[in-house]
Amino acid sequence: MSDMPLLSIVTFLPLAGVFLILWNRANDEVAIRNIRMVALVTTVFTFLVSLFVWGRFDPSNPGFQMVEEAAWMGDFVGYRMGVDGISMLFVILTTFLMPFCILASWNSVEYRVKEYMIAFLVLETLMIGVFCALDSVLFYVFFEAGLIPMYIIIGVWGGKRRIYASYKFFLYTLLGSVLMMVAIMAMYFDAGTTDIAVLLQHSFPAEMQTWLWIAFFASFAVKMPMWPVHTWLPDAHVEAPTAGSVILAGILLKMGGYGFLRFSVPMFPLASADFAPFIFALSVVAIIYTSLVALMQQDIKKLIAYSSVAHMGFVTMGIFSMNVQGIQGALFQMISHGIVSGALFLCVGVVYDRMHTREISAYGGLVNRMPAYAVAFLIFTMANVGLPGTSGFVGEFLTLMGAFQANTWVAFFAATGVILSAGYALWLFRRVVFGVLDKDSLKSILDLSLREKVILAPLVVLTIFYGVYPAPILDATAASVDLLVKNYQAAIDLASQTAQVVP
Amino acid sequence: MYSLIVFLPLVGFLIAGAISLKGAMDKTAAAGGHDGHGHDHGDHGHGHAGHGHAGGHDAHGAAHGTHAAAHDDHGHGHDDHHEEAPGSRPAELVTTGLMAVTALLSWVAFFSVAFGEGEAFTVPVLSWIHSGALATEWAFRIDTLTVVMLVVVNTVSFLVHLYSMGYMSHDPARPRFFAYLSLFTFAMLTLVTSDNLLQMFFGWEGVGLASYLLIGFWYQKPSANAAAMKAFVVNRVGDFGFLLGLFGVYVLFNSISFDAIFANVGSLEGAQLTFLGSSWDAATIVCLLLFMGAMGKSAQFLLHTWLPDAMEGPTPVSALIHAATMVTAGVFMVARMSPVFEMSHTALTVVTFIGATTAFFAATVGLVQNDIKRVIAYSTCSQLGYMFVALGVGAYPIAVFHLFTHAFFKALLFLGAGSVIHAVSGEQDMRKMGGLRTVIPVTFWMMTIGTLALTGFPFTAGFYSKDGIIEAAFVGENAFAGYAFGMLVIAAVFTSFYSWRLAFLTFFGKPRASAEVMKHAHESPQVMLIPLYVLAVGALFAGVAFSGAFMGEGVEEFWKQSLYLPHGEHSILEAIHHVSFWVKISPFIAMLIGFAVAVYFYIVNPEAPKQLAARHDALYQFLLNKWYFDELYDILFVRSAKWIGTKLWKVGDGRIIDGLGPDGIAARVQDVTTRVVRLQTGYLYHYAFAMLIGVALLVTWAMFYAGGM
Repeated sequence: MSDMPLLSIVTFLPLAGVFLILWNRANDEVAIRNIRMVALVTTVFTFLVSLFVWGRFDPSNPGFQMVEEAAWMGDFVGYRMGVDGISMLFVILTTFLMPFCILASWNSVEYRVKEYMIAFLVLETLMIGVFCALDSVLFYVFFEAGLIPMYIIIGVWGGKRRIYASYKFFLYTLLGSVLMMVAIMAMYFDAGTTDIAVLLQHSFPAEMQTWLWIAFFASFAVKMPMWPVHTWLPDAHVEAPTAGSVILAGILLKMGGYGFLRFSVPMFPLASADFAPFIFALSVVAIIYTSLVALMQQDIKKLIAYSSVAHMGFVTMGIFSMNVQGIQGALFQMISHGIVSGALFLCVGVVYDRMHTREISAYGGLVNRMPAYAVAFLIFTMANVGLPGTSGFVGEFLTLMGAFQANTWVAFFAATGVILSAGYALWLFRRVVFGVLDKDSLKSILDLSLREKVILAPLVVLTIFYGVYPAPILDATAASVDLLVKNYQAAIDLASQTAQVVP
Repeated sequence: MYSLIVFLPLVGFLIAGAISLKGAMDKTAAAGGHDGHGHDHGDHGHGHAGHGHAGGHDAHGAAHGTHAAAHDDHGHGHDDHHEEAPGSRPAELVTTGLMAVTALLSWVAFFSVAFGEGEAFTVPVLSWIHSGALATEWAFRIDTLTVVMLVVVNTVSFLVHLYSMGYMSHDPARPRFFAYLSLFTFAMLTLVTSDNLLQMFFGWEGVGLASYLLIGFWYQKPSANAAAMKAFVVNRVGDFGFLLGLFGVYVLFNSISFDAIFANVGSLEGAQLTFLGSSWDAATIVCLLLFMGAMGKSAQFLLHTWLPDAMEGPTPVSALIHAATMVTAGVFMVARMSPVFEMSHTALTVVTFIGATTAFFAATVGLVQNDIKRVIAYSTCSQLGYMFVALGVGAYPIAVFHLFTHAFFKALLFLGAGSVIHAVSGEQDMRKMGGLRTVIPVTFWMMTIGTLALTGFPFTAGFYSKDGIIEAAFVGENAFAGYAFGMLVIAAVFTSFYSWRLAFLTFFGKPRASAEVMKHAHESPQVMLIPLYVLAVGALFAGVAFSGAFMGEGVEEFWKQSLYLPHGEHSILEAIHHVSFWVKISPFIAMLIGFAVAVYFYIVNPEAPKQLAARHDALYQFLLNKWYFDELYDILFVRSAKWIGTKLWKVGDGRIIDGLGPDGIAARVQDVTTRVVRLQTGYLYHYAFAMLIGVALLVTWAMFYAGGM
């Protein structure tokens, strides 16, 4: 099967599920159950197939692998797919999280199940496409099209203020994407291609790099989200259904970081070096500012959403520290955050399904009736806090270490996040889980059902496994990150030499 | 063997944790009529047997909840109606049994390594974080310092496990308790065996987690939850420094493994490190940052506030974690890094200053506390200050020796206090005790031995190590050594006073407890007394037996390369033998003064302390309120963080970012689209779905069209 277009199969497999679901025209109990089953089987199968991608991936090769190419849209835009150490794990993360999303929506989504599942499956295709695309236009199409199903998921199956949240989400992201399109066109005119592999070799003029960098930044910063364009995220999370939040936090937020690593840093190294202090400043502000804001939230989901912004601050900080530890740390942090924050949103979903409120004050003392839930929630909380031995620590540690080598001020301020995260996360845990269970509404609350245990158990295992043995992730990314850093350094050195020669 | 020593407690934790979780789940499942078993997370023993409110015990649980915060709620007398968690007996037997094996193996290791010939060696386990030039492994570094810690940790841990079988016998959540204890032990062992700074940090935070869980063991008590969180967050402030120090070490040595650091420590001579925009002496800045971590974990002045509150946890926990082992982690870390600290005179001076200040400060607060556990807690804080003074003046072996002896007598005092509390139905206020000498004579004698050792009575364990520290401070060469000597002698007076005050208030005079309580007062069972006997032996004889090896003639052969040892005629270890007579005698005099005042205040004239307190009310309140640190920090950090958080949220995010950005635009857009949508199908999602299909069609068409070309 070495010549099978594995990446395309993984990418478009979910669409096969969509066709199966569309085929089903009945609208009774059995049909709805079938739809759910089809969605689940499709996503699980996609995950299994995607494991072949990991299996065939050669971690010692820093370049693109499993490359596919076909002509598309005339002669300049190609259908080009491929993965390297930076993108491969995101593909796996996406396919891994999808079945959990389907399972998490099993009972909580009651109307328009068919459309809901279709939206998710289409979304999966688009997300995988983003990470596999090796053509900037193709990337753009996947990147922007992914907005639509997410917009619909929030707008249709969301909470009370879903319209507001979905508009906010759309508005923010739309602005960035227009600029990105312009940038992609400008790159085409300069380099004569949209092939990412070629663009990576192309060196853009220094001044152009600045403009291109800003254009891409506008899009990625919103996706990330970086302070101060983060305010769409808490609203989107609060209104989104549980599975929507999982995907939003787990995958969509990673597209910004991935974009920085795929485009901004390698293609515009000079501009990246110039803007690094700017990114550092925004990252540090994000970490401290949003941690403090998270401290005061009264809505569980909003608290976790704000903590996501803080964690993404570590990611941007790590990426722009431009050393191996910083970037590997950023990649690890993104993968780990995908697992942990996804799991935390699932945990919130568990109690939301029972009580239909996300107010922290409506809970308290859950441990008395939900011991298994308390254990799972504690482990994810500790991972969120960055306790060594959980996956949350590795990324945080490496990004801080990278930042320390780049600029000690940045590391100093970012490290206060270590204290603040303990503050907001443990305070949340204390108010929700610990204490006496004296609220009447909670007196008959039930512990995790079998389905919920099946959802949370693998996430618990992975959270601890990657905390103790992060090698699978670090090994897979090492070669590509090394190459990235080397090329970046070479470009900077070259520029400084030219600068010395010219005057 | 070393893998066994470290991992057996982990096995114990997993077993007890699984039992606990299973039990708790079955119980809630039965109460809720809901089928919840069949699947077990098992990874983490945080199962909670519902403590008081499950089933039909509501009225009873309410009584439980109103139990005053100051009481060690060990469940005596009012938990009899609770069912105990299933598997309690197996859980405690398994964990305690595994700890017995571990403790035994540690002593074997101790004699073979510390008194043997072999070199230090490393036991690799697994690779951990490899990124760029950073390569860290899970590995055990075995040298004398490690095995000393192994003995301390595992001996005390085993005895505390054993003791808890009696002390916690009425608690309905025993499997969870024993799971946590074993988890703590495992984390502490990874800390003391670490061969690099990162694994040490893992253990460092791991014991923090276990401490958090154990302080908050009675999670229905709000004060316990608050104390648990406070402990974790304050420790994290220290960890902030630890992490930055670790990064500094990496930048300087390009590695964080101890072997690499110690091999290249000479390169620090004159090296500079840029930190926060200015250039520092590399060794100084790194050591100060690491020391910040040590201050957090070892509850030193300014970061001490969590330790007294940690007494909310069950008393065996206080003995194990908050006296004998975890809080000494900071001392251990500085001792481990002693070759690096030795490169920075400035850092050592700071260590001396903080240590001396803590020793004095904590002793003053200890003078007036009324809660029996808090007195001992402040005493711990103070004694840790002694250890840091020893480190600061370069007398590393004496510091570790005091750590070693302190573990015995402080654990003895805490477990003794637990036995007292057990006897008087959970009362912790010494004003409501008194006259217990005849009721619980064994406990009385054991506590007396602990007190003698703590105050440094000649030839007890504390005598050797504590007097050694005071003498070392006298001959120490840094700027604060003289200050430290003065503070430590004064602290010794206070130590003697508050220790005897505790003994007199508890065991002498007329009983002040209610007749009801006194009627039930009884000596503890053997399972609780045996650990006391063992510790008492340590408190009496550890000094005589080991002082020669730890700090006397055998010091070089004993420590080998595991600590920085001052060499030569004028080394501090040599110099303390030549101090003048009055220096040698000063701790003894201090002890006598403290004892005499305590006798006068609490035996001869019990009205005197009240009059004194009344006359100096301001000072009394100042000490009673622990120098108002909690209040100060509350205003400085807690409230201000909350205030800033609220402002950033409401004003920053709400009014500025959203107000100027999306809300303004969205309001316009919404106006328009509402009209548009009404014109069309009337529902947003129809519209949205049409859009999706449209895009999907477009993409498909483009693909096929392009493919066909």
